Amino acid sequence: MNFETVIGLEIHVELKTNSKIFSASPNHFGAEPNTNTSVIDLGYPGVLPVLNKQVVDYAIRASLALNMEIEQETKFDRKNYFYPDNPKAYQISQFDKPIGKNGWVEIEIPAKGDTPGYKKKIGITRLHMEEDAGKLTHADGYSLVDLNRQGTPLVEIVSEPDIRTPDEAYAYLEKVKSIIQYSGVSDVRMEEGSLRCDANISIRPYGQEEFGTKTELKNLNSFNFVRRGLEHEEVRQEEVLMSGGIIEQETRRFDEKTGKTILMRVKEGTDDYRYFPEPDLVRLSISDEWVERIRQSIPELPDARKARYVSELGLTDYDANVLVVNKEISDFFDATVTAGADAKLTANWLMGDVSAYLNSEQKELKDTALTPENLAGMVKLITDGTISSKIAKKVFTELVTNGGDAAKIVKEKGLVQISDPEVIRGFVTTVLDNDAKSVADFLGGNERAIKALLGQIMKASKGQANPQLTNQILMEEINKR
Amino acid sequence: MAKISKEEVKHVAHLARLAITEEEAEKFAEQLGKITDFAEQLNELDTTNVEPTSHVLPLVNVLREDVAKEGLPLEKVMLNVKEQEEGQIKVPSIME
Repeated sequence: MNFETVIGLEIHVELKTNSKIFSASPNHFGAEPNTNTSVIDLGYPGVLPVLNKQVVDYAIRASLALNMEIEQETKFDRKNYFYPDNPKAYQISQFDKPIGKNGWVEIEIPAKGDTPGYKKKIGITRLHMEEDAGKLTHADGYSLVDLNRQGTPLVEIVSEPDIRTPDEAYAYLEKVKSIIQYSGVSDVRMEEGSLRCDANISIRPYGQEEFGTKTELKNLNSFNFVRRGLEHEEVRQEEVLMSGGIIEQETRRFDEKTGKTILMRVKEGTDDYRYFPEPDLVRLSISDEWVERIRQSIPELPDARKARYVSELGLTDYDANVLVVNKEISDFFDATVTAGADAKLTANWLMGDVSAYLNSEQKELKDTALTPENLAGMVKLITDGTISSKIAKKVFTELVTNGGDAAKIVKEKGLVQISDPEVIRGFVTTVLDNDAKSVADFLGGNERAIKALLGQIMKASKGQANPQLTNQILMEEINKR
Repeated sequence: MAKISKEEVKHVAHLARLAITEEEAEKFAEQLGKITDFAEQLNELDTTNVEPTSHVLPLVNVLREDVAKEGLPLEKVMLNVKEQEEGQIKVPSIME
């Protein structure tokens, strides 16, 4: 029997406000445990939450960026559960009137071997505001509670069950992350927990209308784990069904070491949360003007930026895609081009040497000495022929580690490209005179010998000889022999 | 006739992580039944043209500006904490 996979994702995003959603405690990552709390976060009796206006602004902004409608008459609800991460024994969330509804994003799945690439719209059911809970660390025989995160504003973004493969899930996550990052409401750093993802997955025989029983996957701490967890789970469910078993509605944890999903608990039903309207908060009424004001504040989003790169800067679709995924890189690219650098060449450097450097050093652009201005300076030197691409690599290493001005570095280190034919001819004749064997090899029909000669010439010129010119003069000189 | 069954009482007690005895479950079922019976009296009112509401005050949009204030000093946070370790609150281990 052939099965179709059905996936829905729930993404939690922490909003980067100054203070918490219902209290004035500071909202930032990395403080000493339990120092960013107030009596409201600690759930003291008699205290009253007051909603942070910025949270509503950000939730509207994120909703609009995800093509959602805004629920203008909305409210908060109480979700009751007992767990030490939450001193009140309830979470303030939104149940039946989420602030955002009916959105979508478009994802693009690249071609893979013989399978062609395709684009697809993934629906977003809802976006709602809620408070985060504290953080538990489990030790041997007891647990430790840090309530700094309690009350951190969150939006939860729930997709429609439109996702059909783990690759689509990955692409959807990347797209939502990128849109949220561009909209400026969150850092979306998975490693700091400001973006978290749970996945619902079920399978059904092809052609069947009705959904199968779903399981929920947790502990998906990276985009890759989301993909791997889903890949494992679709196979597991198929094996259970094919061997005559049934899928239980349960929560499973992804185990990073084995790549498997492990049963955590059989899920409590929705009724067990005993949702009811939050009596401590009043209704929200969001006017058209409010929505419009937020709409005006939305910066350029990734799709628009990508289109601009292709139509105005002449980048390929692929390059534009790679650049816009990461807002930091994309902003850097824009600034470098504004500083006068050639767009295509800048794109190549950012996607090539710069990315390779950041990956190998495990750094972000802001942690390096590279700036849009000094990168633009270097790119201009390549464009006008002052330095070769090969020399540029040396300049780049200097710029990225110590900063400075490309033109000055080139001058001080004597890296200017040699384009004087007579000087190059000098290097060529010396090398030809000294390596009679390679010359004889080449003239005897061994074309590869030319590579050895070129290498020696470049070495003699300390890599500064203009490569095209050198090639041309070498051919002239060797054919005279 | 009690509207709340003993099983419902046990279920709600479990959700609140309360351990109750069989006798207590019986007693609470009866008491909770009486409470809901009492509240049922509200159904005698004719509410045909009344919009459902969760608040009695006509207030909307009570909001505060996003200004942070320093958190409570740790010693205040720990005032009602029974056991602590390195600035964290120590609780019995949670079995899933």
